[in-house]
Amino acid sequence: MAQYILRRILYMIPTLIAISIVTFVVISIPPGDFVDQLVTQARMTGEVISLEEEEGMRMQYGLGASLPEQYLRWVSAIATRGDFGISFRLNLPVSQLVSERLGLTFLLSLSSMLFIWAIAIPIGVYSAVRRYSPGDTMATFIAFVGVAIPDFLIALVLLYVSFRYFGQSVGGLFSPEFVEAPWSLARVGDFLSHLWIPMVVLSIGGIASLIRTLRANMLDELRRPYVTTARTKGLPEWWLIIKYPLRHALNPFVSSLNDVFVNLVSGATIVSVVLSLQTMGPMLLEALRNQDAFLAGGTLLLLSVLAVIGTLFSDILLAWLDPRIRFR
Amino acid sequence: MAEARVITPSPERTRETRRRERAVVAGQWQLMWWKFRRHRLAMIGGIVTLMIYLVAIFAGFLAPFSADAYSATYTYAPPQTLHLFQETAGVWAFAPYVNGYTVEVDLNAGRRNFVIDPDVRYPVGFFVQGEPYTILGIIQGNIHLIGPANQGDPMFLLGADRLGRDILSRTIFGTQISMTIGLVGVIFSLFFGVLLGGISGYFGGWIDNLIQRLIEFLQSLPSIPLWIALAAAIPPGIAPEQVYFFITIILSLLGWMGLARVVRGRFLALKTEDFVKAARLDGCSPMRVIFRHMLPSFLSHIIAVVTLAIPGMILAETALSFLGIGLRPPSVSWGVLLQEAQNIRSISTAPWLLLPGLAVIIAVLSLNFLGDGLRDAADPYL
Repeated sequence: MAQYILRRILYMIPTLIAISIVTFVVISIPPGDFVDQLVTQARMTGEVISLEEEEGMRMQYGLGASLPEQYLRWVSAIATRGDFGISFRLNLPVSQLVSERLGLTFLLSLSSMLFIWAIAIPIGVYSAVRRYSPGDTMATFIAFVGVAIPDFLIALVLLYVSFRYFGQSVGGLFSPEFVEAPWSLARVGDFLSHLWIPMVVLSIGGIASLIRTLRANMLDELRRPYVTTARTKGLPEWWLIIKYPLRHALNPFVSSLNDVFVNLVSGATIVSVVLSLQTMGPMLLEALRNQDAFLAGGTLLLLSVLAVIGTLFSDILLAWLDPRIRFR
Repeated sequence: MAEARVITPSPERTRETRRRERAVVAGQWQLMWWKFRRHRLAMIGGIVTLMIYLVAIFAGFLAPFSADAYSATYTYAPPQTLHLFQETAGVWAFAPYVNGYTVEVDLNAGRRNFVIDPDVRYPVGFFVQGEPYTILGIIQGNIHLIGPANQGDPMFLLGADRLGRDILSRTIFGTQISMTIGLVGVIFSLFFGVLLGGISGYFGGWIDNLIQRLIEFLQSLPSIPLWIALAAAIPPGIAPEQVYFFITIILSLLGWMGLARVVRGRFLALKTEDFVKAARLDGCSPMRVIFRHMLPSFLSHIIAVVTLAIPGMILAETALSFLGIGLRPPSVSWGVLLQEAQNIRSISTAPWLLLPGLAVIIAVLSLNFLGDGLRDAADPYL
């Protein structure tokens, strides 16, 4: 097992390098750079920035060098010193800007994931065991609709409902008095009371698709002879289902786990913008709009790394559940 | 002792036999159609999808107004109910109308609120003359399915937006872009998917390995942040058609992997079949073997996968446009319409701005049902 984990971690290295290249290419595509934008802004207010000044600023921000050179400088600073550069617009180190947001993004994705399991597994099993019952029909219908509704739309409707009928705004991850406060027990409590709305919004799509997968898997397994054997042995029905078919049915389920996690990290971007959460999504969007290259690059890079780490965990979990994978 | 017996087949039996005989001679597509027809939800999904595309084609005729018609008088006017009958002198007659509005000034919020005024009635007609439009670029017309009988009367069946534009008309026109962007995006990803998946499965070996690692890598990246980053790179101020083109390319750049996987799987399965070997021994070029001999035998499966990929594209376009980095006005898509509903202020004043979202849900649901049905029908082992 240790060997498998080690191999899996080593395999991450080329992936991480590839991610950094893709990220850098993506943030270099937009024509022009931050200095161009400054110049345009200055021109609008009537100031004139000379060509020499422009070049000076480029040197200062490290934008003068060729692209491969810029890339190497950027990546080696991250790898050796954990230095993601500075945000041009806010004039603060990127690492300082993203650190708390990264943690919150991770917490949000992780809690949504656990929530998806907690809801989808019982419903999926029920749906398969009581096939074609009214409960199953309802679950299947909800699963279909849940896949079809864009999550930001759910967030918008929720915003409207809570504003219209409860007279409160549901945006944000903290109450206003806690946004800038240092971590304390009260802040944690406040965070948890705000967390559940984005968590539910994010989970709906995942719950819907996992109910469908689990139901199909369970239906395949329930027909197997070993289930009948267990039943003739006189095992109580609920214990029998948990002990045999569910274990088999969960296997493909765990392997789709990384997709679910990646989708959560990805989906959280838009939902966060709508609900104005203090996560990575809104920051990425803002940085891209301002051509704040290092901030955008750092955010994009960390989001991808988050997804890759999620994939790593789900692979390890799968190897632990299914020994065949470890020895392949 | 042999007993002579005349077998009179029961009508039940003959019907069953006839069905079998028909099944033996039926072609692949015929069999699929029979199977598909039994799937009721898929049939409904197919019909609704067809209707949505018809709406997209005949948008000019179906929408009461053009997408850009605005009225400064009726900003954020709420939806009206369409009354079909009215009573004149004790007799109910078919005479459709909508109620007018009265304006209430809300001094606290500093804005005007429109309230439906049941005393004012504006007659509404079917097949009325209105703004001119073109269908498919050739058919000119100015007859609209429904519209106010007197041009200029307010009629906002789904309400009006910030500039007093009719949400119903805009949603109908939005169908054109939203539904085609999925289709065009899927065609692009199909091209990449079939090409790379085909190469991967056909050649195998290290090429296969390389492409599979590439797919795994791309799939492990969070797609929405990447979409956002790529869409933000579209230069501002270019023509709407170019934005449309860029968006479809971006969507398909990250959408081909699923298709490539399916194609590769099928290729690996088919590669060892006799007819493929025969074609290769006949000296056919790889391209000919792929497109002439192998592709037809899993085309049905690909159609199903493609159908299931369209909704994802539609959702992605909606999300990007909603964030303001996808299509931009003056283009009209469902995502662009939802952009109006971006903050709590506008949703609380005008919740009907969310209605285009309903169109998204209906389209995605029916495409999903259709795709599910097609997949089941294309699978010979079900």
